[in-house]
Amino acid sequence: MTRVIFTANIQRHVGCPEAEASGRTVREVLEGVFAANPGARSYVLDDQAALRKHMAVFVDGHGIRDRACLSDAVTETSTVYVFQALSGG
Amino acid sequence: MTDTLLVSTRKGLFTVARESGRWDVAKVDFLGDNVTLTLTDSRSGGHCFAALDHGHFGVKLHRSTATGWEEIPAPAYPPKPEGLEEDDAWGRPLAWSTARIWALAAGGADEPGVIWCGTLPGGLFRSRDHGGSWEFVRSLWDNPLRKRWAGGGADLPGIHSILVDPRNSKRVSIAVSTGGIWLTEDAGATWTLRGEGMRAEYMPVELTHDPVSQDVHCLAQCPAAPHRMWVQHHNGIFVSSDEGKTFTEITGVEPSAFGFPVVVHPREPDTAWFVPEIKDEKRIPHGGRLAVTRTRDGGKTFDVLTRGLPQSHAYDVVYRHALALDAGGDRLAFGSTTGGLWVSEDQGDGWACVSHTLPPIYAVRFA
Repeated sequence: MTRVIFTANIQRHVGCPEAEASGRTVREVLEGVFAANPGARSYVLDDQAALRKHMAVFVDGHGIRDRACLSDAVTETSTVYVFQALSGG
Repeated sequence: MTDTLLVSTRKGLFTVARESGRWDVAKVDFLGDNVTLTLTDSRSGGHCFAALDHGHFGVKLHRSTATGWEEIPAPAYPPKPEGLEEDDAWGRPLAWSTARIWALAAGGADEPGVIWCGTLPGGLFRSRDHGGSWEFVRSLWDNPLRKRWAGGGADLPGIHSILVDPRNSKRVSIAVSTGGIWLTEDAGATWTLRGEGMRAEYMPVELTHDPVSQDVHCLAQCPAAPHRMWVQHHNGIFVSSDEGKTFTEITGVEPSAFGFPVVVHPREPDTAWFVPEIKDEKRIPHGGRLAVTRTRDGGKTFDVLTRGLPQSHAYDVVYRHALALDAGGDRLAFGSTTGGLWVSEDQGDGWACVSHTLPPIYAVRFA
């Protein structure tokens, strides 16, 4: 199972505890997490299920390349980090 | 008369209440979060909706409950057809995704549960279950002229005004910045472009009078006389006597015909209020003096109302949803980009400052 860790900043709006899910891509893993926590999905993905413009996903320390389809590969031992880019006042 | 105001700000939702003749902040919700608009649905015992924009985390919608607030689904665009490449009017890729909730309106008295929602980048949504779920009004989105809607002040085009005809809930007018005025007479199945007579002098001459090129900042309709509509346009003030089919420009308005909001008296179609600014290059009050203008004669003359408003170095801008009139027609309130909030109990003759230290104010509504 792949570990998924969410930024602390999202927790104020919607609970996103650390989770585990299986899958071969970031898409599959995240959809597995959101199946169990549907309220969190729209905080990370936009209406077209792409990564929101100011969100970032890292797999084992590397930023993903495919922000639209989330096809970047993951393994059972991967850790996926879901972050946002802080900005503004 | 209504004793409660909902003030949507960059840093929270402020409930302002009148007690012993004095208005003051009674409650703060969503403190620290960007609240962009509210709607109180009086048909359903006062359900309140609050639109939030969390930036990174997207646009959200909350609904009041007996004990607080619950998050409900925000309107979401349908999947973009595979392979479809769609650019906006400026040639930039257009994302099918809710970028802002810019209009919320309750349906007619005969259709409890119906809520209309206008968004950037131009999608219109309808809920039939008090916001529990949303349907995308495909007929408007698929209209070929929709692709000519363009960003005005915002990067993306958006629906900011939704007016349900008090005589017939199937008749709904909307206004778009920029994209003109549209009417459905069959509850959203088909749409007609309205607004002949509006003028955008800054556009290329071929498009000056083109109805779809009009940058309507705000559209208001008199509830007791729905044939009368008022428009605060980027180019000035326009009035209609045929439900928005045609408009006449009001000229010679001092200190300015530029601004964002307009409200019309609930029973007197010739009475409307505006907040003038130096036109688009600057967008600040004339001479640093904050004023509200009022006509009582259909735009022939205007009163410039300043009593109680700052008259020195005031640079407040009042956005299109930030001027409100209560159902009685006497109480007005408005909020500014610099956090000023004023209330009038006498149709704008005099104003009392509730606060000048609130966060930037996006919308003011009587609850």
